[in-house]
Amino acid sequence: MSDPEREREQPGWFDRPGNVNKLWYGLLAICGALTISEFLYEHHPHFEIEKIPEFFEIFGFIAFVFIVFAGKALRTLIMRDETYYDRD
Amino acid sequence: MTATELNPGLLMIVAGLIAACLPRRTRQALTLAAPAVGIAVLFSTPIGAESVVTVAGLPLTILRLDALAYPFALIFLIAAAFNAIYALHQDDRLQDASAMVYAGAAIAATLAGDLVTLFVYWELTAISSVFLILAAGTTRAYRASARYLVWQIGSGVLLLAGILVHYRATGSLAFGHMQLGSTGTWLIFIAFGIKCAFPFLHNWLQDAYPEATVTGTVVLSAFTTKLAVYTFARGFAGEPLLVPIGAAMTCFPVFFAVIENDLRRVLSFSLNNQLGFMLVGVGIGSELAINGAVSHAFAHIIYKALLFMSMGAVLYRVGTVKASELGGLYKSMPWTTVFCIVGAVSIAGFPLTSGFVTKNLTLGAAESAGYLWTWLLLIFASAGVMEHSGIKIPYFAFFSHDSGHRVEEAPTNMLVAMALCAAGCIFIGVFPQALYSIMPYPVAKDPYTVESVITKTQLLVFSVLAFGVLVRTGLYPKEIPSTNLNTDWFLRKPGAALLKGVVMLAAKLNDAVAGFGTTTARATSDLMQAMNDPNTQFGKPWPTGRMAFWTTVMLGAYLFLSYVV
Repeated sequence: MSDPEREREQPGWFDRPGNVNKLWYGLLAICGALTISEFLYEHHPHFEIEKIPEFFEIFGFIAFVFIVFAGKALRTLIMRDETYYDRD
Repeated sequence: MTATELNPGLLMIVAGLIAACLPRRTRQALTLAAPAVGIAVLFSTPIGAESVVTVAGLPLTILRLDALAYPFALIFLIAAAFNAIYALHQDDRLQDASAMVYAGAAIAATLAGDLVTLFVYWELTAISSVFLILAAGTTRAYRASARYLVWQIGSGVLLLAGILVHYRATGSLAFGHMQLGSTGTWLIFIAFGIKCAFPFLHNWLQDAYPEATVTGTVVLSAFTTKLAVYTFARGFAGEPLLVPIGAAMTCFPVFFAVIENDLRRVLSFSLNNQLGFMLVGVGIGSELAINGAVSHAFAHIIYKALLFMSMGAVLYRVGTVKASELGGLYKSMPWTTVFCIVGAVSIAGFPLTSGFVTKNLTLGAAESAGYLWTWLLLIFASAGVMEHSGIKIPYFAFFSHDSGHRVEEAPTNMLVAMALCAAGCIFIGVFPQALYSIMPYPVAKDPYTVESVITKTQLLVFSVLAFGVLVRTGLYPKEIPSTNLNTDWFLRKPGAALLKGVVMLAAKLNDAVAGFGTTTARATSDLMQAMNDPNTQFGKPWPTGRMAFWTTVMLGAYLFLSYVV
């Protein structure tokens, strides 16, 4: 498909900022609901740490951010040019 | 030979060898028919069946179907069938044949009741699978396949040495539970560990799998490593050492997966991480934990195949799976996108998917056994899975920024294979009892308690929230075309330099010695004489144990050399 043809095509659903925002607010709403759901069931924690309120949300969020930043830091140590091994 | 004694593994191997000689249509019919017949044979074989043949005076249990082997044999056959459908668009005799022989070898190894039979098929999985990498036809694939083979054969050599030492010590060749401690059991343990991609022995996986063909990577992802999980469950269930090893395996690959640009390599890191979950289950060793490991292996083969299939489809259509060159493909490949997302939510372990109902058993086992740190690492790794397989794979391939690629949707056969895998993921998630009923032990646990559904969803959705925050604030790292170093660097760079130095030194010495040609010849002849004289150190008959040891050393040296040249 040539470029002018592509310019004429309709932007996809996910390419419209309005739709992406809808998804974002949807996600925030689900997060809110999950936060409230903490108080709606009987807890049977196996470990003391699970007794921290909203433990799984906090843990999931922090773990994710940690993994991404640790990965970023790892790049300074192990990242090389794409053709690093091809040059031998 | 009656139907009950038929070995579905051997059946696949023979069918694969026949397939190598057939024209396209008949061959493809055979690639579909053989696993179907294999499944029928498996269903008709009663649990507890054994088949013993005597080879050179050695009784070999070539078939032992029990409650542990059954789910592995079944999922290997199912995977072979799905893979065959996925490969229908191509006319490739070599790949079709090697995929079947490879699957057959893995099944036959699973059904092996003794260590010698296990060893034979263990080696066959290595040799038959290497063609799936070689067939990619690139220099990178050629070199990766050499390194792959070195590790795989290395594992086989260690296994053989371990079996010999173990046999001398115990007089038994039966493949059953072993106690880690003796030299023999340690050698066997490490041989299994190589194929299971233990930390520091893992890199052959991320090195070779992403270099294989579109269909080859899908095939590779199913068998070798899960065969290793099976052998651990058979030989070392309840071995406490497997718990920290497995926990380490769940965690370290996630950091590499974040920054890896090749999406099939991301999935290979993810595969490594999943094996960790299974090994933790095997290491805990309770009935619940073993069920967790086995059911996870079963579910994992399907969703991992699905993810590799979707990335294979992208590679097939676009010509690359580099995240930095992809994006926006949901418009061109909507079905592939949907199937990939099903695989992604399954591996992440959302409720109503196979990942949820299987990973929950292992987590439950860690909870019941009071393994706090292991449990924390496992849920940390679950957030990691969400990152690299749950989000990164579908996001960078199909969404993110529009890369401008306008391609056709994947071929119909690929879509059918993906649809079947996706259906499998959902089916197991919705009807977990179907899978639980074929586990080695009865499953009493109900995965769908309110608490478990809410807490796991909280963990995963807040990981997604973190992703959203990082992307919207521009903090999420960009995909960069790059090579990320791993343990193979030590052999490929300093190892190669060292070898070069040794070779040059040897050449110089050779030049220096050339002047003393006559002396050298005389010395050589003296040495030869000494080696044949039973009164000298060299000429003495060697005990087999030492023989096995030196063979291992020689092959180890070969391993090292082939790595660096």
